[in-house]
Amino acid sequence: MDNKKKRLARIITILAACAFILFGTIRGEIGIVLNKAVNICLECIGLG
Amino acid sequence: MHLLNFNGGKIYEGKWKQFCNPGLNCYSCPAASFACPIGAMQAVSGSINFNFSFYVTGLLLAFGVALGRAVCGWLCPFGLIQELIHKLPSPKWKLKKGFLYAKYVILVVFVILLPVAATNYMGMGKPAFCQYICPAGTLQGGIPLLSARPELRQAIGSLFSLKMVILIGTMIGCIFIYRFFCRTLCPLGAIYGLMNRFSLYHLDVDENTCVRCGTCKKVCKMEVDPVKNPDSAECIRCGACAAACPRDAIYVGFSKKTACPLEQKEKIIRMPKR
Repeated sequence: MDNKKKRLARIITILAACAFILFGTIRGEIGIVLNKAVNICLECIGLG
Repeated sequence: MHLLNFNGGKIYEGKWKQFCNPGLNCYSCPAASFACPIGAMQAVSGSINFNFSFYVTGLLLAFGVALGRAVCGWLCPFGLIQELIHKLPSPKWKLKKGFLYAKYVILVVFVILLPVAATNYMGMGKPAFCQYICPAGTLQGGIPLLSARPELRQAIGSLFSLKMVILIGTMIGCIFIYRFFCRTLCPLGAIYGLMNRFSLYHLDVDENTCVRCGTCKKVCKMEVDPVKNPDSAECIRCGACAAACPRDAIYVGFSKKTACPLEQKEKIIRMPKR
């Protein structure tokens, strides 16, 4: 990948990352992540 | 930060857990301050309301474009555990190339497809990777919590046995093969590996200075040839190649500049004092 393509890929990825984080936050995904993470995940530890 | 939680078998329940850490660290680990990105991704895509997590994908894109697989090399706690295990004296083996592709299959099947496709009557999916594969969850969450909380031990069944077999297999693999889990099974490594091609933290080889002696390839434990493929999806940016290069032709970092050629360094050293 040449430098121009790399720069373009970086810019597109950064813009996509910002848009995705914003959209995910607006539609309430953070609540699901927090709810899952503050409780013991029985599946994750092999009990669920 | 929350190391004392190991003692009581508790987990941190604060607001920081709405954010994901860049590496693979189970959120049920008593010491975890943040959520695991792979677990969080499955939690959102397996929920009733959503089939895809934009929030976690966005975070992973941000981490990936900034650091690529340097996350694996420098920030992942499970990577550190594997490094330490590999230090045990034993014969060291190379990994067959075909195994490298297993992590992409695991990413697609267990992290992306199964939580969405295999749902119950309410439309809720399970975190298939965490449930059936992740040895980090067993080691960082399962074992400490089961040790500290006897009441949880009543729920031990065949699933825990399966996860223990995977954990022990992974640990044995890590003794003989460098970062066995990172290279063969880790879906996070698969994601960051794809972004190694254009990440800001990168590896550069100065073609004018490099004499193609092959020292970098010899010292690379991830079995990458930095001269032929500096953007390899397997390179964890550990910097061993740059340190070993006799001509200082390899640069690892954020900056745009390429490696400082040896001739230039010699000129700097020889500059007369005023």
